[in-house]
Amino acid sequence: MWSFSNIANNLHEWLSNTFNPTMTLIIEMVLAGVAVIGLFAALGLVLVIMERKVSAWMQIRLGPNRVGPKGMLQSLADTLKLLVKEGLTPNGADKFLFNLAPFIAMIVAMLLMAPIAFAKDFQLWDLNIGVLYVSAVSSLMVISILMAGWSSNNKYSLMGAMRSGAQIVSYELSAGLSVLAVVVMTGSLQVSDIIHSQADGWWIFKGHIPMVIAFVTFIIAVTAETNRAPFDLAEAESELTAGFHTEYSGMKFALFFLAEYVNVFIVCAIGATLFLGGWMPFHIGNWTAFNHVMDYIPSSIWFFGKTFFLIFVIMWFRWTFPRLRIDQLLNLEWKYLLPISMINLLIVTAMAILKWHF
Amino acid sequence: MFITKYIKDVYNGVKSLLVGMKRTLYYFTHHKEIITQQYPDNRDTLVLPERFKGEVVMPHDENNEHRCTGCQACELACPNGTIKVIFKNELNAEGKKKKAIDKLVYHLELCTMCNLCIEACPSDAIKMAQTFEHSVFDRNELTKILNNPGSKIMDGVE
Repeated sequence: MWSFSNIANNLHEWLSNTFNPTMTLIIEMVLAGVAVIGLFAALGLVLVIMERKVSAWMQIRLGPNRVGPKGMLQSLADTLKLLVKEGLTPNGADKFLFNLAPFIAMIVAMLLMAPIAFAKDFQLWDLNIGVLYVSAVSSLMVISILMAGWSSNNKYSLMGAMRSGAQIVSYELSAGLSVLAVVVMTGSLQVSDIIHSQADGWWIFKGHIPMVIAFVTFIIAVTAETNRAPFDLAEAESELTAGFHTEYSGMKFALFFLAEYVNVFIVCAIGATLFLGGWMPFHIGNWTAFNHVMDYIPSSIWFFGKTFFLIFVIMWFRWTFPRLRIDQLLNLEWKYLLPISMINLLIVTAMAILKWHF
Repeated sequence: MFITKYIKDVYNGVKSLLVGMKRTLYYFTHHKEIITQQYPDNRDTLVLPERFKGEVVMPHDENNEHRCTGCQACELACPNGTIKVIFKNELNAEGKKKKAIDKLVYHLELCTMCNLCIEACPSDAIKMAQTFEHSVFDRNELTKILNNPGSKIMDGVE
């Protein structure tokens, strides 16, 4: 049967037979890099048009409907426009850091792609501390934002960057604690182990209510971590023009924009992997016939379906809720999410020890 | 008690967020609710709201009669001098001199569609029309005379 892992294995065999091992490794690394960049470009195009359509429909509008069939080529046209625009560097800016910041944002997003399992046995790097790696690298994102805000030499940019710093430092905690809930249940930090532990049911079903609470906390925390509304204080259009990327234009702005969407994809992919079983099909206990039917759907479709569902939920948040003030934002984290997720983690640990889950 | 209030706060917060999300999901799935008018495309079928304010017009009946007494209330009410009333003297049936309008000049280029003249008019002689495509190449065309040539005041309007 056709699958990503078959393609990858065939390619690997063909390369090993044709070239020596070192050359094979180099070519495979280049191919993986190209594939990741290609995925980024495709994701940018798809998610931007998806966001614009979702926002339009939620606000009783039509959305882009002129370029291409039903406006589906709008984001392509926007990208072309951004490509031919001049990337200005302001005179007063710290030029080196200013030009470096968008690339840091992209590199962080690329690093996060490594441990994600896109389909069955199709993963760039299945390292044994995958979940820890993700939570460690994803907090590097704030460095690019702080760098952009500081080097722009602009009050609004710096304010946006500082808010973003405070926000990520706070929300990293509850995101980490809700991820820990799954790690406690699985007993492993490895992404493939976590997925295999959900073969008989996803954690959100197996873990009863504490797991649902962990999932909700996780979604709220990652919405804040990716700086999306209602937690988009870092760029708050109405207060700070565009926050940390006020001074950016052309492709450098587009890189920040792309990094935001890719980060949304990545956190949703992590959420889908941890709580909704990654590429694991939907299985119900002993219903063998039902489970077999579900197995016929390719694993990559399961993965992307779940991920895009979570992306839709995050967009749904964005176009429903008003933006929080900075004090409300910190109250929500320190007074509500953190205590709730700590108590929740305690309950999950008790459940794991006493084997109360399925 | 603190803990009850805390739980109640969380419950109410989550509930109100879910209400909002339910509403946006309804709009997301019900495309018939979309209110966008695709203007140049639906020009022929365009339906404007009743109270849409396009320009000031003076309705005339089939006998070419209007209801304007020339009281100048509209001219006084206009904040930026859009309306000028020009008089002529008319002889009525008994041979008496009577004041009547010669021209009611309306400068569309100055008008802000504020509706104050229509509210000021005691005899409902002018109203707002629903036309809105006012672009012309010569700005003299924007100075309009609202009463038709040869029109006169309707009987019984004082």
